[in-house]
Amino acid sequence: MSQARADSFSATASPTSGIRAQKVRTLWSNSWRQFQRHRLAMVGLVVVTAIFIGTLVGPFVWTKKIGGVNFADASLAPSLDHPFGTNDIGQDLFARVLWGGRISIAVGITSVLASISLGTIVGAIAGYFGGRIDGWLMRLTDLFLSLPQLPFLLMVIYLFREPVRQMLGPELGIFFLIVSVIAVTSWMPVARVVRASFLSLKHKEFVEAAHALGVQTGRIIFRHILPNVLSPVIVAATIGVGGAIITESALSFLGLGFPPDVPSWGRLLYDSLNFLEVAPHMAIFPGMFIFLAVVSINYVGDGLRDALDPRKTG
Amino acid sequence: MSKKLFLLVGVIASAALIAACAPAPTAVPPAAPTTAPAATVAPTAAPKAATAAPTAAPAAVAGACGTLRILYWQAVTVLNSHHSQGTKDYDGARLVLEPLAATNPRGEVVPALAVEVPTIANGGVAKDLTSVTWKLKPGVKWSDGTDFTADDVVFTWKYGSDPATATTDAGTLDNVKTVEAVDKNTVKVTWKAPNANPYEAFVTGLGNILQKKQFEPFMGAKSKDGLAQIPVGTGPFKFKEFKPNDVVTYDMNPNYRDFAKGKPCFSAVTFKGGGDAASAAKAVFQTGEVDYAWNLQVEASVLVPMANAADSKGVLGAAVSPNLERLLVNRTNPDPTLGDKRAEPDQPHPFLSDLNVRKALAMVINTTEMARQLYGPAGDGTCLVLNTPLNIVSKNITCPKGDDAAVAAANKLLDDAGWKKGTDGIREKVVGGKTVKMSIIYQTTVNALRQKEQEFVKDAWTKLGVKTELKSVAAGVFFSTDEANPDTAGKFFTDIEMFTNGQESLDPTNYLRGWTCGEIKTKAAKWSGNNYERFCSKEYDDLYAQMTKETDPAKRSEFAIKMNDILVNDVVVIPLVARKSVTGWSKALKGIDLNGAWDSEMWNIADWTNK
Amino acid sequence: MNRYLLRRVLIAIPTLLGISFVIFAVLNLAPNDPMAQFALNPGIPFEVRENIRRSLGLDQPWPIRYVKWIWTLVSTGDLGYSFNSRFPVAQLIMLKLPVTIWVLGSAYLISILLAIPIGIISAVKQYSIFDHFVSAFAFIGFSVPTFFTGVLLILLFSVNLHWLPFIYDSTLVVKDTDSLIKLLKQSAMPIMVLALFQTATLARYVRASMLENLPLDYVRTARAKGIAERLVILRHVFRNSMLPVVTLIALGVPGIFGGALITEQIFRVPGIGSLVISSIETSDTPVIMAVNIVYALLVVAFNLIADMVYAFLDPRIKYT
Repeated sequence: MSQARADSFSATASPTSGIRAQKVRTLWSNSWRQFQRHRLAMVGLVVVTAIFIGTLVGPFVWTKKIGGVNFADASLAPSLDHPFGTNDIGQDLFARVLWGGRISIAVGITSVLASISLGTIVGAIAGYFGGRIDGWLMRLTDLFLSLPQLPFLLMVIYLFREPVRQMLGPELGIFFLIVSVIAVTSWMPVARVVRASFLSLKHKEFVEAAHALGVQTGRIIFRHILPNVLSPVIVAATIGVGGAIITESALSFLGLGFPPDVPSWGRLLYDSLNFLEVAPHMAIFPGMFIFLAVVSINYVGDGLRDALDPRKTG
Repeated sequence: MSKKLFLLVGVIASAALIAACAPAPTAVPPAAPTTAPAATVAPTAAPKAATAAPTAAPAAVAGACGTLRILYWQAVTVLNSHHSQGTKDYDGARLVLEPLAATNPRGEVVPALAVEVPTIANGGVAKDLTSVTWKLKPGVKWSDGTDFTADDVVFTWKYGSDPATATTDAGTLDNVKTVEAVDKNTVKVTWKAPNANPYEAFVTGLGNILQKKQFEPFMGAKSKDGLAQIPVGTGPFKFKEFKPNDVVTYDMNPNYRDFAKGKPCFSAVTFKGGGDAASAAKAVFQTGEVDYAWNLQVEASVLVPMANAADSKGVLGAAVSPNLERLLVNRTNPDPTLGDKRAEPDQPHPFLSDLNVRKALAMVINTTEMARQLYGPAGDGTCLVLNTPLNIVSKNITCPKGDDAAVAAANKLLDDAGWKKGTDGIREKVVGGKTVKMSIIYQTTVNALRQKEQEFVKDAWTKLGVKTELKSVAAGVFFSTDEANPDTAGKFFTDIEMFTNGQESLDPTNYLRGWTCGEIKTKAAKWSGNNYERFCSKEYDDLYAQMTKETDPAKRSEFAIKMNDILVNDVVVIPLVARKSVTGWSKALKGIDLNGAWDSEMWNIADWTNK
Repeated sequence: MNRYLLRRVLIAIPTLLGISFVIFAVLNLAPNDPMAQFALNPGIPFEVRENIRRSLGLDQPWPIRYVKWIWTLVSTGDLGYSFNSRFPVAQLIMLKLPVTIWVLGSAYLISILLAIPIGIISAVKQYSIFDHFVSAFAFIGFSVPTFFTGVLLILLFSVNLHWLPFIYDSTLVVKDTDSLIKLLKQSAMPIMVLALFQTATLARYVRASMLENLPLDYVRTARAKGIAERLVILRHVFRNSMLPVVTLIALGVPGIFGGALITEQIFRVPGIGSLVISSIETSDTPVIMAVNIVYALLVVAFNLIADMVYAFLDPRIKYT
């Protein structure tokens, strides 16, 4: 009674083994086929792609400017001229949402990928090897969990803003800092969760079988055990994307983010707070896009998990 | 990942929430003589003013009004106002502690613990201006029942003037040589030098009198142990319960000198702190959960409709204050490649040292429109540095309008000065063999309103062909005095910066000193001093020197006006908005005489009523 | 096992010392400053500011201050005085703790009690109407930040319906039914805001973890043996799905002490969170330090507890 998905059979039959590999479809095309079967995942992928392309191409098509001040057009409700209405200083919100999506999507996805990768690697290593390595890594996790976030961020900005800016240029530099700051302050729960699952899974039959067959440690960790712990990681990623989009805007309040006149979804949502009664459209559109992105990414995540699920290969 | 990440968002977003509302760190007022300016309570937005005094009140009974609920969006942390961390502490203490005299919103000094305000005419102020003699009201008791005497005043001076006590209002005692008790009810204050301002000490909340009996054991270095003491006062209320960073509750003080006359009308007060200005406005106008909400710095387009709504439960009051929101123009070069020489006085700014450029930048900003749209009742557009009291307001200056004509004129000014638009539309000029581009970095604190002002200014400058990069810094970092921190207002490592401040008293001398050459912030002086712009002019320094020696009020005002004119004409600063204190209170509340500038808003709380 | 436990407890001491040093360093390297609030006031001259700085002991370099701080803490258990109010920090924390535990604790408890059944049901009936509804709700929970839901609730329940107050009155003493109702009313919105987010998060993890286990062989085996479906789900699948859930619940407990910064701010709940925020604003290092060190202690303790629970849930997990 093998509890695990990656039973020893499919583990040994993995595509790298010589001749058979040519007949067997590659791992990736297999996963893609699997992914396509997950209808919601496909919808999610289409939506995320559409938003992504929209934010890239949109500003060239919808050419209203994002800056400037025009009190005559302040707080207008949505209309043909301003599909998403305008904000309290008369800026076109459709243009701002399109533009803001670039930052929000890029930061949201990149920083979450960075954060869960870091968390997964630390958790996997700690859980798999146990003992002293586990002890050190988990104490490090405790340290990061205990750090006071705001002073920590202020310190990071203060120590690294200039060097990073000089190394990568102003825009890429800020992007890099934001992504790393979010990743560095949010990987810990993923690490703890992954470690817990590794502690449990490493003693299971399929792992021992892989050992017995002389499979390399790295391969056991990443090919055999990891796919079994992806579920919580994907949940973490979904939750993290929404969080990262909001965090990005919060960081700009510390002077770490992009200049204050560059919109992002989180910032648009924050700016709408005082106007909820007089101009609810200011909140609805950015809020809706964050929601759409979170939902779609969640379903893409679900589909990905199913696709990478070794038992479903076939 | 969830919990922690959101915790982080929480910290930052809420910090931003607070920062977005934090005003310029507490500039609180002592008082000066001079002519009375008109500080108006202008409930412009109020359907009906709530100022009428209780008409034909039958012999009032103290405590008949029930509980008064006051809401500040910053919470009281210290009860002893001499260690005040901000307006909240200063105001919270004023219900209990009193000075010898208060300053009313019109800038007049009115007696509190003193029988009358000393003047040269009544013999209280020495003719040579070297001393002031205060007569104290007889029979005043502390809330613990003991007598208030001249010894308490002498003690308050000793307490505050000891550097080890480290009081925040020690500045008001700087010019005091000694304070003596002439008899039980008479105090004589002697100055180190003739002082044109006889009301510098013991007037307004900065001069609150402490009980000698209670605080004598906590002088000097021991004062920090005394901060846990609940001060005993002479005011209309006494402290009941104190939860730091949260709430202070008060009971009426039966030993208050006017208790028999029915004051205070409220039997108890809760002084709640925390949250943000926008929701404080909701609490007073929409839900009526509180009777009084302080400093409602909210966008005009939100605040005014809320206060004016048919079912609004409150009225909005605005009072003139000396606080000025303005752009500081850096005269020195903040280029990081200069290293240790960055923004030092001997490094002139590549283009802001050109008067024509500064003029053009100032001309195109329509401050009236900016104030009307963003501040509403909370401020008026201005181009003057000194906007109140009236006796120091310059009449020699016509403010530029910031309209299309001004934009055209400013463009011409720049063209004529040799600043031509480059291929990218940005103005440039070859200076000393190098091409200088007019590209400005413009910093201020993180604050929703300020970021809108930044966009407004940037928009205006774009019309000139000036490139502007906006930068916002968390207030705690911006106003930090940490020497290693590059983002402080004091180092001013950008071309333009923006924040609010203003003279702290009716007398602007101290404030005007901030533009003298000796006050220039430099690395060598650890960026102390108040001359942020690194402006230096012999003419200005001479005027300042003469002003400090002058004792005739009318001539002092003339000097102040001349100095104002230099600051404006030379575009040392670009004034934007003369701010007002905006407060909301319940329609039922009467007797409020809103003090926006010269004393605590709570200065006359004994007279408040809801009858 | 016992030896492992003993070793972990012993390791916790140097761990906490290390953490406290890092936190102290971070607080002192961060570019904000307790004097910032006085910087603009021309009534507070440079010398007065320096006097205040000296009276707070800030004229010494931070490593020395750290040594003093840790020595006082270890030798006398004294957490020092707040720069701001000069209250003993311990007293300040004790003042805030009951409110924090009441509001955050209730929210946490409610969300655990809601999230587990919701997660189980939506996993068992994956892609049912219930699941879709709950999922949509959860997604709103994570895409809309608490600063937003808080304001939304205030608009709904306080401004429009006039049902609930949104200013938390900490002077309220519960002595009869009336005051109890008042307490519940004023706590309702902050608890709702916090519970919405936490329930959404936890329910997603429970669901994911259940889904992971449901199709496994042992479940089929159990069903084949004729065990009632209910028991299969609760006794087998649920127990095996608990590892990530326990981890997250344990990670959340120190958070109850740490306070909910934004929510407390919005509803003016005078808890640890609002204390921390105002302390950070004014760089009140002793307070931030004290809250963080207790928080760190709880993090270390609850992660240890989580590790113990793993061994209980899955006997195969052994620590050496």
